[in-house]
Amino acid sequence: MATKTLEQIENQFETFQILNEKGEVVNEEALPDLSDEELVELMERMVYTRIWDQRAISLNRQGRLGFYAPVAGQEASMLGSQYALDKEDWILPGYRDVPQIVWHGLPLYQAFLYSRGHFHGGQIPEDVNVLMPQIIIGAQIVQTAGVALGLKRKGKENVAITYTGDGGASQGDFYEGMNFAGAYNAPAIFVVQNNQFAISVPVEQQSAAKTIAQKAVAAGIRGLRVDGMDVLAVYAATKEARENALNGNGPTLLENDCYRYGPHTMAGDDPTRYRTSELDDEWEKKDPIVRFRKYLEDKGLWSEDKENEVVDKAKEDVKAAIKKADETPKQKVTDLIDIMHEKLPANLQKQLEEYREKESE
Amino acid sequence: MAQMTMIQAITDAMRTELKNDEDVLVFGEDVGLNGGVFRATEGLQEEFGEERVFDTPLAESGISGLAIGLGLTGFRPVMEIQFFGFVFETMDGVAGQMARMRYRSGGNYHSPITVRSPFGGGVKTPELHADNLEGLMAQSPGLKVVIPSTPYDAKGLLISSIRDNDPVVFLEHMKLYRSFREEVPEEEYTIELGKADIKREGKDVTIVTYGAMVHTSLRAADELAEDGIEAEVIDLRTVSPVDMETIIESVKKTNRAIVVQEAQRQAGIAANVAADISEEAILHLEAPVLRVTAPDTVYPFSAAEDVWLPGTKDVIEKAKAVIDF
Repeated sequence: MATKTLEQIENQFETFQILNEKGEVVNEEALPDLSDEELVELMERMVYTRIWDQRAISLNRQGRLGFYAPVAGQEASMLGSQYALDKEDWILPGYRDVPQIVWHGLPLYQAFLYSRGHFHGGQIPEDVNVLMPQIIIGAQIVQTAGVALGLKRKGKENVAITYTGDGGASQGDFYEGMNFAGAYNAPAIFVVQNNQFAISVPVEQQSAAKTIAQKAVAAGIRGLRVDGMDVLAVYAATKEARENALNGNGPTLLENDCYRYGPHTMAGDDPTRYRTSELDDEWEKKDPIVRFRKYLEDKGLWSEDKENEVVDKAKEDVKAAIKKADETPKQKVTDLIDIMHEKLPANLQKQLEEYREKESE
Repeated sequence: MAQMTMIQAITDAMRTELKNDEDVLVFGEDVGLNGGVFRATEGLQEEFGEERVFDTPLAESGISGLAIGLGLTGFRPVMEIQFFGFVFETMDGVAGQMARMRYRSGGNYHSPITVRSPFGGGVKTPELHADNLEGLMAQSPGLKVVIPSTPYDAKGLLISSIRDNDPVVFLEHMKLYRSFREEVPEEEYTIELGKADIKREGKDVTIVTYGAMVHTSLRAADELAEDGIEAEVIDLRTVSPVDMETIIESVKKTNRAIVVQEAQRQAGIAANVAADISEEAILHLEAPVLRVTAPDTVYPFSAAEDVWLPGTKDVIEKAKAVIDF
């Protein structure tokens, strides 16, 4: 009896797709209402982000960047969901989710400073509603419930969206965050970018659950499994989740099925230890940019020239952003003491003076 | 003026700030209709409504996350952890997240959160209710840690904590909740965080302490006075940051100091205070700074509490030891 119930639940979580791997529309009625300009903009952002990712990896190898978590393969999941947001919506990112916060308004050079471990990287401009990338897996998820409730209580027509990975879905904070948001009917969207591996541990080993999306059921909220390599499906699913949240229909959990082509981070992870090249190939066939390019080319909206323009622009922007990051004054211990509290307590005041003296030597 | 217990003074402080600032929210497990397991929030939901004073699902990390998120959207959360031993469920939320919000954002975001929680020994609780974990909090940069010892202090310190734009862990000793009443002004007033209070003046030995041990120390001071020893009892009130200025001034006068804490000995507030006294006033000392603490075991099963907790005798013994040194 119990087994049958679980099967019934699990079988409801089929993967939502609009564009298949060949770039063909397989779900006409779900096609989002995007203008040609918007479709092109989505593609531009994906191409741009992939180039920026390649440049970031290369800068990291040259010792010019610092901490970096590659994003190639996840562009549709990251950028399709961000594109469905309003400028005033809040993003609470995980450590890999830098593209979303940059496209939401964080200047690129600050993202690079964050990588370099410079405090100015976390100084989010006042009109940009994002948090700094979260390092503790899942901590941002409980905070999202709070931001969402805060937006609702302040009467804002906005949502809070958060991102984690398949490993993050094993954390207690994942359940607590969804459960709190559900209990308060807070306008939140929980995105799990299931890229199949939590560093090296495959998603099959994270849980007995067949899908991550079905975990929404336990929290009493909506859940959907999405083809996370299909930017139109991700956009449409996020848009719907947003509308539901704002219409008082509660939060949504989205499981975006995707893949990271690169290592977990650039700090020594070697994916060949836990992934086969066959698996890599299988996922590369599903590439989000390849299929969306095909779709746009068929519509006459994309060309090689257009793509080259975007590539060049991305390279120039990265170069300029690195230059600006290089020009940012080096941080000092006194800067860090200054940002600890609104009013410095006596012990830190004393230490501030000590370090002022040291730093003036 | 009204006669209030400490718990009444705490409720009064929250009522004052709920009235003063519509962004103040009070929440936690059972704090709404039930008024909290100790009745700290008695009547507040009725007075301010379910949007301002409300229950949460039973999950401490969720409560901290809620507070952080509400803080980011312009609210001033006063969250309760039902018993402070439960903070282990949300060490990340408190020490890893809200404590670092201002720092991580280079000063652009902050967490104007008050974490209220009952703690402290002597009331026969099950385990992980009574533990003195203030040392863990004090070692977390970004947190202030406040521990009142009287109803008057509790009200003024809690109002200051709620108004602070950075997170404050406000620990309420369970034994003091209803142990005595004193005059507490009905109007609002604040007590500056980070300032100690001399609860008894004396010239022969300085006793630095906080929380319930303030009263143990005052009793000890009364007995010492019978032997002609005048002890000065300093109530830290804020254990992070510590008001070293007041302590050093006192030590310069008495030339002798002991530090009394209910917590275990290892790596605690007392160790920190003793070290700072040695660094700053060694030439004024006639004796080493001694500590009165609990032993380094897990907080005891309740039947052993009375033996385990430092008592008046222990304070007298150490005070005499530094005098006779």
